[in-house]
Amino acid sequence: MNESITLNYDVDSNDFTRAGEASSSVKRKLKLMGVDPDIIRKVAISLYEGEINMVIHSYGGTIEVIISTDMIEMILRDKGPGIEDTELAMQAGYTTAPDNIRSLGFGAGMGLPNMKKYSDDLKIESVVGKGTTVRMKVYIPKNIS
Amino acid sequence: MSGFNNSVNLKKELCMGCINCIKRCPTQAIRVRDGKAFIIKEFCIDCGECIRICPHHAKEATYDSPDIMKRFEYTVALPAPSLYGQFNNLEDINIVLTALKKMGFDDVYEVSSAAEIVSELTRAYVANNKDKWPIISTACPTVVRLIKIRFPNLIDHLLPIYAPVDLAAINARKQAMDKTGLSSEKIGIIFISPCPAKVTAVKSPIGIEKSEIDGVLAMKEVYTILLPYMKESMNNVEDIGKSGRIGIGWGSSGGEAGALLVDNYLAADGIDNVIRVLDDLEDQKFEQLEFIELNACSGGCVGGVLTVENPYAAKVKLKRLRKYLPVSCTHYDENINGDTYWTEEVLYEPVFKIGSNMHDSIMKMARVEELCDRFPGLDCGSCGAPTCKALAEDIVRGVAKEEDCIHILKDYIHKLSGELSRLDGKR
Repeated sequence: MNESITLNYDVDSNDFTRAGEASSSVKRKLKLMGVDPDIIRKVAISLYEGEINMVIHSYGGTIEVIISTDMIEMILRDKGPGIEDTELAMQAGYTTAPDNIRSLGFGAGMGLPNMKKYSDDLKIESVVGKGTTVRMKVYIPKNIS
Repeated sequence: MSGFNNSVNLKKELCMGCINCIKRCPTQAIRVRDGKAFIIKEFCIDCGECIRICPHHAKEATYDSPDIMKRFEYTVALPAPSLYGQFNNLEDINIVLTALKKMGFDDVYEVSSAAEIVSELTRAYVANNKDKWPIISTACPTVVRLIKIRFPNLIDHLLPIYAPVDLAAINARKQAMDKTGLSSEKIGIIFISPCPAKVTAVKSPIGIEKSEIDGVLAMKEVYTILLPYMKESMNNVEDIGKSGRIGIGWGSSGGEAGALLVDNYLAADGIDNVIRVLDDLEDQKFEQLEFIELNACSGGCVGGVLTVENPYAAKVKLKRLRKYLPVSCTHYDENINGDTYWTEEVLYEPVFKIGSNMHDSIMKMARVEELCDRFPGLDCGSCGAPTCKALAEDIVRGVAKEEDCIHILKDYIHKLSGELSRLDGKR
């Protein structure tokens, strides 16, 4: 029996014209599956922020979304510079985005804080010089699934 | 689905079963079945795109015939502001209003005058509800229906105030009853509409319990009837008009938002642009905005499928007509207008949902993904669905089968004929 479904996406770095495609595809699918709108909102925003982060900071990577009856798990793996100080990166407003990206309206230093705010569980593993893996979970409470 | 009606009809004899409409439909609500287009009612938002695109004119909007006026003892016309943008060299709106009376209406109540009241109320609502910013306009019934079925997280942002036409209908009825002493059912409130979505909104209203509109006439039909009466009215124009720049402005995109006298707004028109804005809004990309005006038709109401003039030409004409008008001529009066807020809660209708519960949805979604991998991904439309993905969804919903895909069918026949010749060789 299939108790979960896995969706896979590739993310290119610096291709802003395609940024947000994975999160909107996931959003469409969750709506089709009749997932509660609040859950969809949490997934869509945290995934969108994570996806944008990959586009801005990494050299590219993959997104894996596992949808099961009680939770939606998002795993974002990238090759890239990694995060030097995770605690600092989590602070609202802290940013290392270059000016050309900030001029597009991105890189306001709210990516990770928003991911923390909208997901129920956030884990970051990062190796400087190699890359970052972000795992986020959004739980589906029993009474609304 | 709560008895939802839509306002697009198919003239079967004209439909060729081509793929123009299924490709154009923004909610993928149309399929070609048995060689004819078929609208899935629950998915339809009445945007009118299929009417516009059909090269065989097989799609028509539903609306009432002017004969409906005969059913009532006393009738009031509610002209939409977009009507004034349809005529060449019109200098005075009163010419149109006088002609409406000559055409047979006993009175006229301009939707644009009710719109000025709505603008006034919206200004207060926006100022007092910062937690709901951006507030989304609800004058376009197609947009409201779209949000109701596809953007559940945005329902809270909807402006819960009567659309100008509904407020106009209430006021017009009250005025007519006071003036004539007739009972409500003897009075006909007839809207002259630029779009068929209003026909649906009368039958299946959202946010209000019941619409006070008794009939909806197509602007393009009234247009031809009005022309000779307008000529006749030229020398004896009645002073009926009660709307200013703000009210007339509602006829085209940006008018409603502009009337709020704030800078922090966005106005989008055209159904594809509207969907893009709603998608981005759902991802919280516009938090700093106060108000969002959305019109399903390009150019706003002047772009409605029941209009005559090019929407952008009509917009210029409205601009010219507004030029020397006072800013606003009608103001909110508690004693006359009473309650102007929505009375019914707007609930999400998950019409696109494929599973009955999460477990079922996961299984069906897995099947959709698996089918999509097998389909050629050409989105050719030959199966009658707009995309391969839509066909896959139809299959899991149980309303289509794999062999509807001609490419799958071709492979199947190829395999079958291989089998046959193999059997033939064995003989």
